[in-house]
Amino acid sequence: MSETTTTNTTRGQLTAINDDYTARYGFHDPEDYFLKAPKGLNHEVVEMISRKKNEPDWMRAVRHAALDTFRAKPMPRWGDNESLDSIDFENIHYYIKPKGEQATDWNDVPDQIKKTFDRLGIPEAERKFLAGVTAQYESEVVYHSIREDLTKLGVIFMDMDSALREHPEIVRKWFGKIIPTGDNKFSALNTAVWSGGSFIYVPKGVKVDIPLQAYFRINAENMGQFERTLIIADEDSSVHYIEGCTAPTYSSDSLHSAVVELVAMDRAHIRYTTIQNWSVNVYNLVTKRAHAYTDSVVEWVDGNLGSKLTMKYPAIVLKGERAHGEVLSIAFAGHGQHQDAGAKMTHAAPNTTSRIISKSISKDDGRSSYRGLVRVNRGATGCKTSVECDALLIGENAISDTYPTMDVAESDVRVEHEARVSKVGEEQLFYLQSRGLDPDKARLMIVNGFIEPFVKELPMEYAVELNRLIELEMEGSVG
Amino acid sequence: MSDALLNPANPANVFACRNLHVFVKDGDQEKEIVRGVDLTVQRGQKHALMGPNGSGKSTLAAALMGHPSYRVEGEIWLNGERVDALEPHERARRGMFLSFQYPVAVPGVTVANFLRASLAARRGTEIPVRAFRQELNEAFATMGIDPSFITRYLNDGFSGGEKKKLEILQMLLLKPAFSLLDETDSGLDIDALKVVSDGINQASGPDNGLLLVTHYQRILNHVQPDVVHVFMSGRLVRTGGMELVTALEERGYDWLTDEAAVAEGSRT
Ligand SMILES: Nc1ncnc2c1ncn2[C@@H]1O[C@H](COP(=O)(O)OP(=O)(O)OP(=O)(O)O)[C@@H](O)[C@H]1O
Ligand SMILES: [Mg+2]
Repeated sequence: MSETTTTNTTRGQLTAINDDYTARYGFHDPEDYFLKAPKGLNHEVVEMISRKKNEPDWMRAVRHAALDTFRAKPMPRWGDNESLDSIDFENIHYYIKPKGEQATDWNDVPDQIKKTFDRLGIPEAERKFLAGVTAQYESEVVYHSIREDLTKLGVIFMDMDSALREHPEIVRKWFGKIIPTGDNKFSALNTAVWSGGSFIYVPKGVKVDIPLQAYFRINAENMGQFERTLIIADEDSSVHYIEGCTAPTYSSDSLHSAVVELVAMDRAHIRYTTIQNWSVNVYNLVTKRAHAYTDSVVEWVDGNLGSKLTMKYPAIVLKGERAHGEVLSIAFAGHGQHQDAGAKMTHAAPNTTSRIISKSISKDDGRSSYRGLVRVNRGATGCKTSVECDALLIGENAISDTYPTMDVAESDVRVEHEARVSKVGEEQLFYLQSRGLDPDKARLMIVNGFIEPFVKELPMEYAVELNRLIELEMEGSVG
Repeated sequence: MSDALLNPANPANVFACRNLHVFVKDGDQEKEIVRGVDLTVQRGQKHALMGPNGSGKSTLAAALMGHPSYRVEGEIWLNGERVDALEPHERARRGMFLSFQYPVAVPGVTVANFLRASLAARRGTEIPVRAFRQELNEAFATMGIDPSFITRYLNDGFSGGEKKKLEILQMLLLKPAFSLLDETDSGLDIDALKVVSDGINQASGPDNGLLLVTHYQRILNHVQPDVVHVFMSGRLVRTGGMELVTALEERGYDWLTDEAAVAEGSRT
C-alpha cells in the first residue's frame, strides 16, 4: 500500500462526490416562477418584496432601515476574508416566488415542486414521524401542515409571512428582539429581504412530543434564500424543531442567510436540530440565537455538511437562573469547503450551566474552524460550563483550527475545556483492514464512530440519513 | 522436513515465508528489523515464537499481515498463494489473522457493528441479523465475555484482558486459515489465560495453522505447540520443541546470544 495509491483513491472519490450530490440533491427544476426579482440589492427590491407581501408599515420600515444598516456595516474581518470577499451581492436574486398558492395538501402543490419534495423524501417523512411540516421553495413556503390535535392545544406552526398576517402582535413583540438588525452584517441583510421561514408558538404547559420540521430548498441559480424563523416556547412547554436544506449544484454561487430567534420561557425546553447539506456553490451565513429563561433548556443540534463557506455560531443567552444551554455540532469540510462553525454561550444569570461539543472532520483540502465564545457575566455566580472540540483530519492537506475564547467575570465558575485534533489513525485503519474491511469502508467506519455522539442525539430517521450523507461524502457512492 | 514440504506451494502448508526482510524508516535511512526469516507452517500445526523484547516479533507479525509502515522483501505464502503484494484486507479475506499485542480503540464503533462488517468481509456476503446474533452469542459465551459488550465501542476503555479476549473471539468468528497471535497471553490472569487458550484451541483444527508469539511457558502448556522457534535480533536462531521452552525458562536468552553471534559471523 504505497502513498501514491492512497492519493489516487482519494482523487477518484472526489469526482464521485460531486456526481452523487448532483444526482441526489443537486438536480434542479426548470424555472417557472410567478415572480422573479431581477438580480441586485437596493431599496426598490426591498419595497417590492414588502408590497407583494402586503406587509404592515412597521415591517416595511424595518426592512428599509436594515438595508441601510447592511450597507453601512463592513464585512466581518475575523473569518475567511478571501471567501467572504468573493460574494457578489449584485449577482443574486433576492426574491423568487414560485407559482401557486401555499397548500395544506401535497396534491395542491404544483407538480414540479411536489416531485422535487417527493424526491427529497419530505411527504414520506411527514407521514411517518412528523407532527408538522413546512416546505420552502426559493423564497416562499409552498406547503404547510400541522397535526390537528396540536392546533387544538393552541400550538401555532406556520411560515413567518403568514404569522405576520395572522399573529401580528406576537411577531411584532419578538421580531428582531433576540437578534437585532445590526447584530452583524448578515442579520441586517436578512432583516432587509427576509421571506419565509417558520413561526412556532407553543402555549404554556404544552409538550409537542413529535418533531416539527421545515425543509428549505433552493432551486434557481444565483438564488438568495433569507428565511426568518422565530420560535417561542411558553412556560413549561417543550418542542423539537428540525430543519433540513439542500440546493442544486451550479457553477455560480448562491447565498443562504437565515436569522433564527428562539425564546424559551421559564421551564420550557427547545431543541433545534439542523441537518444542512448545501451544494458546494452555496454561501451559508446564518445567525442563530436563543434566550433561555429560568430553569429552561435550549439545545442546538447542528449538522453542517456541504456549502462553500459556512459561518454559523449558534448562541444561547442564559438569562434566567439555572437555565441550561447546549450546542452540539458536527461539521464536515470536503474539497474546496470551509466550515467555520462554533458556538456562543452567555451566562447572564447565576447557577446556569452549559455544554458545547464540537466535532469537525476535514478531508482532502477541506478546512474546519471552531470559533467559540463562553462568557460569564458579573453576578452570574455558580455557573458551570464545558467545551469539547474534537477535530478529525483525513489526508495530508486537511486543515482544522480552533479559536476558543473564555471571558469569565466571576471566580466561582467551573470551566472545563478540552480540544483534540486527531488523524484517521494508521493503526486504526490497519486494525480494521486486518479484519477484512477495505480502506474506504474502514475510514468510513472510523468517521462514523467519530460523529456517533452527535448522531445518537438525532431521531432515528435522521441518524440514518446523516450516516448516509457521511457515506456519500466519504465514498462517493451509496448502495 | 521433506523437500516437498519445503515447497511453500505444497497444499500441506498453510503458511510460509521465504527470505523475509522487514525495514522501517529511521530518519532518511532504513533500519532492518527482520533480517531473513524462513518459516513453514503445515496445516494442523501450532508454532510458538519466543524472543527477547525488541527482537522484532511484533514487527514480523505486523509485516506478515501487511502493515503499511514497513517495507518488506521476500515471499509470503498463504494457502499456496503469494500474498506479499496484497493489502491487509485482502490477506484477511484469504484467511490471515493477527491478534494484536496492543489492540487499538475505535471510539463510536460498536463491537457488534465491527464484528458484523468483519464477518461479512471475510465471508464475502452479508450475514442475516438473526444468524449473526446467534453466532455472536455463542462466541461471547465461549470467551466468557458479557453480552453487554456488543454495544460497547470497540476496545474503548476495555481492560487489557478484555481486549485479548475480544481478539480471540474474533479468531473464533472469522475462522482464519493462519493466525498470528502476538502476546495474546500477556496481562491475563490465570482464569482468563485458560479461557483464551481454550478459545485458541477451539479455533485450531487440522486445516489451519498458527504462530503464537509469547514470553511465557504457561500458555504453551495449554496450547501445546508442535514447533518452537527462538527469535533474536530479527532472525530465527533455534527451532525445536517444548524442551526449548524449558531451557529458556531456566537459562534466559544469553546462551543463545553467543550462538547467534557465531551464526552472524559465519554469514559474513
Ligand atoms: N515503525 C518503526 N519505526 C522505528 N522503529 C521501529 C518501528 N517498528 C519497530 N521498531 C523497532 O524495531 C524493534 C523491534 O520491535 P518489535 O515491537 O517488533 O519487538 P518485539 O520483539 O515485539 O518486542 P516485545 O517483546 O517487547 O513486544 C524495536 O527496537 C522497535 O523500536
Ligand atoms: Mg511485541
